[in-house]
Amino acid sequence: MELKKPGVAGTLESSDIMVTLEPAACTGIDIDLQSAVEKQYGRAIRNVITDTLRELGIHSAHVLAVDKGALDCVIRARVKTAAYRASEETDYRWREAKP
Amino acid sequence: MRQLRRTMLYVPGNNAGMIKDAGIYPADCIMFDLEDSVSAGEKDAARFLVYEALSTLDYPGKELVVRINDLSSRLGMDDLEAIVRTGKAVIRLPKTECAGDVLACEAQIARIEQENGIEVGSTGMMAAVESAAGVLNAKEIAVASPRLIGIALGAEDYVTDLRTNRSPEGIELLFARSMVLLAARAAGIDAIDTVYSEVNNEEGFRAEVRLIKQLGFDGKSVINPRQINPVHEIYTPTRKDIEKSLAIMEAIAEAARRGSGVAALNGKMIDKPVVERARYTLELAQAQGTLQKEEERIWQTLT
Repeated sequence: MELKKPGVAGTLESSDIMVTLEPAACTGIDIDLQSAVEKQYGRAIRNVITDTLRELGIHSAHVLAVDKGALDCVIRARVKTAAYRASEETDYRWREAKP
Repeated sequence: MRQLRRTMLYVPGNNAGMIKDAGIYPADCIMFDLEDSVSAGEKDAARFLVYEALSTLDYPGKELVVRINDLSSRLGMDDLEAIVRTGKAVIRLPKTECAGDVLACEAQIARIEQENGIEVGSTGMMAAVESAAGVLNAKEIAVASPRLIGIALGAEDYVTDLRTNRSPEGIELLFARSMVLLAARAAGIDAIDTVYSEVNNEEGFRAEVRLIKQLGFDGKSVINPRQINPVHEIYTPTRKDIEKSLAIMEAIAEAARRGSGVAALNGKMIDKPVVERARYTLELAQAQGTLQKEEERIWQTLT
């Protein structure tokens, strides 16, 4: 998946996270995280963001994430939404169901 | 044990906080909404959020339902592709107009199940009728698929279609409610009533719940957690109901031992319809956990 333009998803409401993805010139995922719980969970949040982007085949991006106490599943959902919006793709690839 | 559907709590599909907290309320069912409560520009976000939540979070003891967008749009198809794969939720089809709508949805669900190694037929469905055509076709809709667990009335669109509005007494909904209920009973599925929008009017809400219970509905869609307990209170059989129902079941069991299908209790004849009502009361009480230990024991020996 290729990021073509900035993509934003999520809100600044409690339990949510607002994720902005921008195409980056150089390789690597660079995350600017703002969170009240950064000291305790910053690394975990960054890992969820990075893993989700890699699953989508994105290896280079600038990420701005403003966290308001989001669960991992919320972080994944917002990163995916922002990625599809930034890549202008609407052919969604859902994980195959577990047998 | 009977699946309770007294309350179906609406949760807007793009609200992360409400999705996180939905499980802490005592509603029997949680309905994640991808349709009217989600703005056009956020449909993708809500779909990803509900998909990820269903794939990850547990809502113990709750029946989970997802209201998808109309299948005539690409949105509805994308919703189905995502939600059926989770294998966790009943699909609620909005604005059902005829049996063909149910069959079209069912065919897509079956395809997605097959493509993903999910047992074909394992995903349940609910149909919501929200128009004059839908109400008039309720009978054929309710029997259209064995996947259907219930049929629901969506009153806001329905009254708009009728060119009227909702009144406190709900006279404008009487025909639709009766149709939906009869269709559900003829098909052997549940009937779920529409929402009550005035969250601060508890008295009006309780009056409406008493009305739909008396009509025979299995439950009601609720839009605020505050509406859950009043519904449960009204739907809970009283001690007197439970004791009377147990006495009826004991009397008929005793009659059966004597080779008779009819019994008498306190001078009143007990026959099949009386027994069916008593059985329903006890099933409801058992599912709600309101049977006392001794009553539970007696009920088990009778079933």
